[in-house]
Amino acid sequence: MNMSNLVRSGANILMPFILVYGFYIVVHGHLTPGGGFQGGAVIATAVVLLMVAYSYENVRASVSKHVLKNSETAGLLLFIGTALLALTAGLAFFGNWLLDLGVIFGTPVAFGVNPGDINTGGIIPVLNIAVGIEVLGAMGLLLLAMLGGLKGDAE
Amino acid sequence: MIENIPFFCAGLLVLIGLAVIVTKRDLIKMVMGLALVEAGVNLLLVATGYISDSVAPIFTNAPSTDMVMPTVQAMTLTNIVIGIATTALLLSFVMIVYKKYGTRDVTEMRRLKE
Amino acid sequence: MKNALRVGVLVVCAVAFLVAGLGLSFGTPAYTDMDDYMLAHGQEETGSNNIVTGVVFDYRGFDTLGEATVLFTVVLGAGLVFRRLGKKEDEYEYE
Repeated sequence: MNMSNLVRSGANILMPFILVYGFYIVVHGHLTPGGGFQGGAVIATAVVLLMVAYSYENVRASVSKHVLKNSETAGLLLFIGTALLALTAGLAFFGNWLLDLGVIFGTPVAFGVNPGDINTGGIIPVLNIAVGIEVLGAMGLLLLAMLGGLKGDAE
Repeated sequence: MIENIPFFCAGLLVLIGLAVIVTKRDLIKMVMGLALVEAGVNLLLVATGYISDSVAPIFTNAPSTDMVMPTVQAMTLTNIVIGIATTALLLSFVMIVYKKYGTRDVTEMRRLKE
Repeated sequence: MKNALRVGVLVVCAVAFLVAGLGLSFGTPAYTDMDDYMLAHGQEETGSNNIVTGVVFDYRGFDTLGEATVLFTVVLGAGLVFRRLGKKEDEYEYE
């Protein structure tokens, strides 16, 4: 039992725009309002749109649970690993070890009001991306589990 | 007294959520009342940190350098995520209770002795 | 009788919440010493233009670690509720 042709065509057109917009909010977390949690929730909306437009039996075969589960675990491990690597650079736990190193995200910020530069921030963009991946996996898994129902219901 | 409207709104939201939890007999409506209480608490947190004639604490193309307090907004971010987690687990438990008892009415669950 | 008790409890709660709304003052918070330091030195110590993100991920990063763990634990618990058992369903179904 699918929805009408208009709903399915609208969902097909809107999906890539939602994904790009959510990724933009995650990556620019240190310049504009946003960050990891907000961007991850916007990306999870794309999965919900897919589940609403097509019925659950059609979606269950194509959105795999293993991809979402692995991405959620990888996000949490990347978060903790980046915080632990600060111990090898001489700082305390959670120290900002990428700030003046010059490898990536290392440019210092001009003081006061300025147009932003994406190359600044230290470890903050890395942590934003890790949290975004984790929230995407968590929300997708929760929605898939609840729409599937308990064991013994209408399969 | 008219400029304290955000605090009155937060108190009104908590009061309405509490009235829904106490009065209704359906389980899912009680969970929605708890979500209303959490929304009122988040509004109270953000309204506490406001300074008059100030803008958001972001330095990218800011109109002025008088800014509001940023610590309270960080606390509200964490509280929203924890509210989502609590509501998700509560709804899972409501589904299990409905499957076992066959009803969502709270007064009938006290009489079935199983 | 029970209805009058419920209405009485709600009236007492209403008076308590609205009196608390009158006590606070909107626009002039009491203590702003820590936030003045964060606004003055946040750009050079954290390296980001967004001070709220600097507070969430650098000054108070430990709370964000706890929040990520809470999210992970909730998905673990919800997955335990909705699991599907193996092929021998009739033997493992407890009732």
